[in-house]
Amino acid sequence: MELETFKFDIDGDGIAHAAFDVPGRSMNTLTAKAVADIIAISKEVASNDKIKGLVISSGKPSGFCAGADLGEMGDRAGSSDGGSKSEDEKLKERFQQGFSLNGTLRELETCGKPVACALNGLALGGGLEVALACHYRVAANDNPKQQFGLPEAKIGLLPGAGGTQRLPRLVGVQAALPLILQGESFDAEKGHEMGVIQELAPGAEVVDKAKAWVKANPEAKAPWDEKGFKVPGGVPHKSPGAGQVMTMANAMLHAKTYGNYPAQKHILSCVYEGIQVPIDAALRIETRYFIKTQERPEAKAMIRSLFLSTQALSKGGNRPDGYPKTEFKKIAVIGAGLMGAGIAYVQAKAGIPTVLVDVSKENAEKGKDYSRRLVEKDISRGKSTQEKGDKLLDLITTTDNYDDVKGADLVVEAVFENEELKAKITEQAEAVLGDDAVMGTNTSTLPITGLAKASKRPENFIGIHFFSPVERMGLVEIISGKETSEATLAKAVDYVLAIRKTPISVNDSRGFYTSRCFGTYTREGMEMLAEGIKPAIIENVGRQSGMPMGPLEVSDSVGLDTALKVTRATAEATGVDIQSDDRTQFLAWLVEDQGRVGRKAGKGFYDYNEKGKPERLWPDLNSRLEVKVDECPPELKQHLIHRFLIRQAIEVARCFEEGVITDARDADIGSILAWGFAPYTGGCCSYVDLVWGIKPFVEEAEKMAEKYGERFEVPKLLKDMAAKGEGFYDRFPPAGTKEKVAA
Amino acid sequence: MTEAYIYDAVRTPRGKGKSSGSLHEITSLSLATQTLQAIRDRNELDTTYVDDVILGCVSPVGEQGADIARVAALNAEYNQETAGVQVNRFCASGLEACNMAAAKVMVGEADMAVGGGVEAMSRVPMGADGGAWSSDPQVALKTYFAPQGVGADTIATKWGFSRDDVDAYAVESQKRAATAWKEGRFGKSIVPVKDQMGATILDHDEHMRPDADMQSLAGLNPSFAGLGGMGFDEVIKQRYPELEAIDHVHHAGNSSGIVDGASAVLFGSKEIGEKLGLKPRARIKTMASIGSEPGIMLTGPSYVTEKALKKAGMEVGDIDLYELNEAFAAVVLRMMQALNIPHDKMNVNGGAIAMGHPLGATGGMILGTMVDELERSDKETALITLCVGAGMGTATIIERV
Repeated sequence: MELETFKFDIDGDGIAHAAFDVPGRSMNTLTAKAVADIIAISKEVASNDKIKGLVISSGKPSGFCAGADLGEMGDRAGSSDGGSKSEDEKLKERFQQGFSLNGTLRELETCGKPVACALNGLALGGGLEVALACHYRVAANDNPKQQFGLPEAKIGLLPGAGGTQRLPRLVGVQAALPLILQGESFDAEKGHEMGVIQELAPGAEVVDKAKAWVKANPEAKAPWDEKGFKVPGGVPHKSPGAGQVMTMANAMLHAKTYGNYPAQKHILSCVYEGIQVPIDAALRIETRYFIKTQERPEAKAMIRSLFLSTQALSKGGNRPDGYPKTEFKKIAVIGAGLMGAGIAYVQAKAGIPTVLVDVSKENAEKGKDYSRRLVEKDISRGKSTQEKGDKLLDLITTTDNYDDVKGADLVVEAVFENEELKAKITEQAEAVLGDDAVMGTNTSTLPITGLAKASKRPENFIGIHFFSPVERMGLVEIISGKETSEATLAKAVDYVLAIRKTPISVNDSRGFYTSRCFGTYTREGMEMLAEGIKPAIIENVGRQSGMPMGPLEVSDSVGLDTALKVTRATAEATGVDIQSDDRTQFLAWLVEDQGRVGRKAGKGFYDYNEKGKPERLWPDLNSRLEVKVDECPPELKQHLIHRFLIRQAIEVARCFEEGVITDARDADIGSILAWGFAPYTGGCCSYVDLVWGIKPFVEEAEKMAEKYGERFEVPKLLKDMAAKGEGFYDRFPPAGTKEKVAA
Repeated sequence: MTEAYIYDAVRTPRGKGKSSGSLHEITSLSLATQTLQAIRDRNELDTTYVDDVILGCVSPVGEQGADIARVAALNAEYNQETAGVQVNRFCASGLEACNMAAAKVMVGEADMAVGGGVEAMSRVPMGADGGAWSSDPQVALKTYFAPQGVGADTIATKWGFSRDDVDAYAVESQKRAATAWKEGRFGKSIVPVKDQMGATILDHDEHMRPDADMQSLAGLNPSFAGLGGMGFDEVIKQRYPELEAIDHVHHAGNSSGIVDGASAVLFGSKEIGEKLGLKPRARIKTMASIGSEPGIMLTGPSYVTEKALKKAGMEVGDIDLYELNEAFAAVVLRMMQALNIPHDKMNVNGGAIAMGHPLGATGGMILGTMVDELERSDKETALITLCVGAGMGTATIIERV
């Protein structure tokens, strides 16, 4: 037997041992080759009389297996071959391919010989599914990295190797559903408690324990193959409680996800339909739903954006080549307000010596208090220790003296949005900085090229746009000004990676990429309001489109005064008269006449309770609005959802056209992580490419332009792409893959 | 087409639908049997002429399972040639059974047929038959499934009925039912239920609360706020994004009561009546059923009424009496609002809020109530309708003869 991904031997007692060890990888994944090997091992164990049983383990210290190989899966996605076969034949063929691992694991499970799995380290997704198909699982109780779970749903997939069937049969439908739907992982203790893990042992002994069990249990069978097996907690339509569990699970999922995530809907169906029939039929049902899910645009988009691209960007996928990696020995943060304080914290957390500068030492100390509070919280929650916390805080030096900035590799200026102040700080900082040091400015709106005018070395000047709260938001938008050099960009990317965040790289423009596009969502909500659409409709449909909040609630959080200011500033800068339009006037009325400036004041579009949570839409909104649309049948709802998302996507397209953004991957990840663009779409580019397809998208957008005017005007770029049948990922492929795509 | 006539209608009193209810110790088979026997015996009917017995039953499992209509006909010792079939259109099952019985007469399949229904809710609880709608994700999500109480609260929210509005309606229902009982308006139809020995065990509707007033109702907690909060409010708002929040106004005091009971209505052609010497009491003018939006579920009555009126060539004002099952107060308020029906034409003798709603039996019961009331008040036409699970409505228009 030739195996590439497993080490296989048989001991003197006739117990086979297969140690999973994909060559050249630090972590095992279920590559096509690994699946082939599992098939071979399964056949060998079943047919070789010398083999009395099998123990599966990992040959790697990192753990057993992280799941399916999403890289391979991403390559396969969407590559279904037509041929001359009938639709029915093609479906059956896809089923056969999709069922291979499921079928093999079932054969192993029923081969008549005991199979045990020894787990030390993580077993996720397909990894856990292989383990679940074994008759017995021993897990290490001394490995802090021990982690189990079925995270497929998080990236738009479902567990397709028996996970949706074996887990509920082990722990019951009620306990299994949240684990599969939300994909949260659990440790060995919890697994043992639930009955997923049968035995706990020190990591060094798990293989021996598994062998001992195999030896002692020559007749092993899975519980569901025993006569009289009952699913814990019962089965829908056989026990009333279990039917209730499904009813509530349906409602809760629908309430939370608005039916936007096919994977989760299909997971519910797998469990509901599968649990009612014997396991062999159940596994077939699972494979059918798996294939249906995998072929949905949402799955392709989510795998690409939420897994592959996020991973690539987190490893510097958009960093210019050819510059040595920067090690940061000292970084100065100037301005100890909310943003600066948060930035200092994430730097110190990443182990970077940080100088926090403000006009007085006292102010700087106040900024450091932010870190003190976060550290305290982490310690009280057991997420950190006193020692680690002290070390973190020791890394932050507070000062009001620019001499302390000397020797910094990077300065991150994070004072409030005022050009003059920023210019002054740039001058003061550059006076003490070395020639190679980078001057970064945290701003969400001010053009970088303009700010760089204050700099002696505009090539070393760059925008580093953080999102609030800094310690929680995973994205940083890096903005190159006209004169910013590639070397500076590379350094900025290194910085963002060093503080363990995901960078996207964009070029200068008013509002850059994220603020500019995000603003279209809230503005479209305001347009709807001005048209007389009932506010509840706007808010509900906004959320139902997949955005994290309704547009009016978002406006409240940003601040309606800010929104008004930005609107007026934009009007002035662009020379477009929007002072007199309904939307601006309504906003001015709210802010200036009614003093409703948003959440910070406890009143905006919404009334807020003392905890800052929205209680209800302000009933008097209607006093100034004539509600013309107070019902929202499904067709209108669908139209409004399209309106919200298409409007944003068109702005994104304009950013590409103007060269503000150049990489579809950056645009997708930025849209999801910065402003919460409906994650099921994989981001605004994938929304166009996969959810619509470029031609239908342009057709729909043109209809909207006809109805709503200029703001939906389809950019020439998109028309051109539609004519050529090119999507964003064809026209703006990730840096470094252009040749590959062309080939 | 042959005309279908109503010759008689009977019902049991309604027992509280719990283990302390008077009818809890009487089987559903016995309830159905007693109504079938009563309608036979008081008309001295030779059941050879009864072609079919059609009974509505919403939870046809356990003792109500396996075609209780046929089994009850056999137990009532109808002629063995009398067939039996059980039907389920949720809350309108009883009326649907009557409409089917009438239709069989109209097309000539039957000369005479019995419609009606049975539901012993204390013995076979609501939901005992399971079903795919709420539990199968494929259909639950597609149709915005929410429990009907949440649907009723949604009706109240969408069409502006406050807690006071629905409570006031409930108080009036109790009053009207009390008056109707006091004046013996149900006397013609009521068949007291006998126990195993043959002694009377219940001769009146025992769910009523004639002293209910606004104050006592105000103390009751909303019944569906909990379920709404667990996700169903968000689900229903996906179908009705115009609603910012659902106002949970319904509670045990303004929703239909859970009760046990059975009904039977005798239909036949003019000829068979003449042959057997029976006097027709009412004629079926039109029947209709309709599907409506399933999430909110309970708006069918106004739509099916419009359909039935159109078929009959009539207008809202042409109907003298309306009878709409009081599943929830807002359902009735909405129908009156939608069709501009005055309250003094609607549910003149109270309804299920006061007397209870034995799911499968109710349609036959309120049809009988209307036959009696047309005669008592000397009126001509009545329309009987019910809101129905999964978004439906069923209606029947009758005319006194």
